[in-house]
Amino acid sequence: MSVILPLLVPLTTAILCLVVPYRTAQRYLSLAGALALLAAGLYLLTQLEDGIQVMQMGNWPAPFGITFVADHLSALLVLVTGVVAVAVTLYALEENDAPRERQGYHALVHFLLVGVNGAFLTGDIFNLYVWFEVLLISSFVLMVLGAERAQLSGGVKYFAVSLLSSILFLSAVGLLYGATGALNLADLATRVEALAPGLRSALAMLFLVAFGLKAAVFPFFFWLPASYPAPPVTISALFAGLLTKVGVYALIRVFTLLFTYETAFTHQVILWVAGLTLLVGALLALAQGELRRILSFQLVSHIGYMLMGLGLLSPLALTGSVFYALNHMLVISALFLVAGLIQRLGGSGVLVRLGGLYRQQPWLAVWFLLPAFSLAGLPPFSGFWAKFTLAAAGLEAGQYGIVAVALLVGLLTLLSMGIVFAEAFWKEPPKASANLEARGWAAQALPIALLALLALGLGLWAEPLLRLSQKAALELLEPSGYIQAVLGVSR
Amino acid sequence: MNTLILQTTSRFLFTLLLLLSIFLLLRGHNEPGGGFIGALVAVGAYALYALAHGLSAARQLLPLPPLRLVGLGLLIALLSGLVGLLNQQPFMTGVWFKVLGLKLGTPVIFDIGVYLTVFGALLSAIFALEESAKEVR
Repeated sequence: MSVILPLLVPLTTAILCLVVPYRTAQRYLSLAGALALLAAGLYLLTQLEDGIQVMQMGNWPAPFGITFVADHLSALLVLVTGVVAVAVTLYALEENDAPRERQGYHALVHFLLVGVNGAFLTGDIFNLYVWFEVLLISSFVLMVLGAERAQLSGGVKYFAVSLLSSILFLSAVGLLYGATGALNLADLATRVEALAPGLRSALAMLFLVAFGLKAAVFPFFFWLPASYPAPPVTISALFAGLLTKVGVYALIRVFTLLFTYETAFTHQVILWVAGLTLLVGALLALAQGELRRILSFQLVSHIGYMLMGLGLLSPLALTGSVFYALNHMLVISALFLVAGLIQRLGGSGVLVRLGGLYRQQPWLAVWFLLPAFSLAGLPPFSGFWAKFTLAAAGLEAGQYGIVAVALLVGLLTLLSMGIVFAEAFWKEPPKASANLEARGWAAQALPIALLALLALGLGLWAEPLLRLSQKAALELLEPSGYIQAVLGVSR
Repeated sequence: MNTLILQTTSRFLFTLLLLLSIFLLLRGHNEPGGGFIGALVAVGAYALYALAHGLSAARQLLPLPPLRLVGLGLLIALLSGLVGLLNQQPFMTGVWFKVLGLKLGTPVIFDIGVYLTVFGALLSAIFALEESAKEVR
């Protein structure tokens, strides 16, 4: 019951938003749905005290039916998805975007959440593909909803790359099914051991490319900065917070449950990908002149941290990865929302045209700096603990190269955020700037403040979340518990 | 399309096709058929009617706008899945009960949901295409 709730809640909300014809009603329905989703996530997490939660859809036993499984990794991601959903829907309450709302904006947001949570919770690799499609189709529509020129141009790239990734994913699933005769993840985990090492590595690389495209890692990240800045800010904040994390989640799941045999090859490749993603993303972010493009490259860059923990594959490293992913979901959504506010109050998202915001709106500077510092990993923010754990794990494993890159990228992130602050907040405003509407943004600052203070709170009081992340990491490294929970017998 | 033959026959065909679509929907319970195919036939009926009598005439024959039908269909499908949950079984478990000697179950309700969803989705696509075609003309 608890496993399926995070799916049923957004599904019900989405359907109600389709049936109810009134815009205002849809907005509050959407907010209520997001709050209910958050509650469902909390409930699921508390249920995990009794062990991994499993539900066999339609009462068909595994491995024949479709299984839904929640271990700590899934439950934590679902919970933070709820937080991001609440923040984004709160922000959207004040956005007056009648045309998009009439075209079903609210329903689509919740269908997207169904897809995201489905991907986090499913225990079947083909079903994972189905949830990917659910979230992709919703995101395609959200991406081009309103049909502005920039949206269409970004949407085509997004569409093409997502389709390519889906084809690769599906082919990989087909090959895996042909080789093992199983689709259930737990069942697969017991069978991949018998495969030839060469075949296993080849399959692993196929999955790495397919999920890497979705997670936007080096060298497959080009589509993300091209498309994420295009749609309205609530949509890009939602995408930035959730979608790439689904790719990261899939990578973590597959490379801890299935492909753990040739780690000297596969996980070394992941480490290289992580390092290059970190470095290239951070450097390219410095070269951008538009807020949301900067943030998009930062988003790409920081995916590298999560992969770094996966590549190191130790309890400490995976703890860091999980913690980083959760922290990053909060922080990057907050930053995208701040970018929206800056755009609204300053009249532009281009740094050259901005300036003097600190004098006009000192509080906006606070709400920008809190998540920005957390992104850069300064103490006492949550990002610090995430990076600290990862760096410690890297040193423990003797991988000094990746640790050096990770720390350097922290500095580069700080530099990039510093440039944004200097340009948008400190610089004298450019002469031509009109004094735009400066009132009525308090309601939109609320969700940002919520996320920022949460990031700060998780930094000051990191113990509970770190312990939960550690539990997730230990479950990932000891998959027998997962397998037993799904199949019901110990093998 | 203003041809008398099409306009006259489409009236009869409309009714017949709708009846056939419901027959297909119910037949899917135990034999080939089902909500998806049934809905396709029903969409065919409306598309034919729209071709013969125009879009607005076809719209008037709909009880609800197509996208609301999609929502309604999804709602019905969702509710059919919830019955299993209320019965202390996993989501989507089929629950069976006898009504007047007829064995009925939640899969039929689910199929009706599929029917409405497919019907509404395809019809809104066809209407949108017809409208943009009109703009081109």
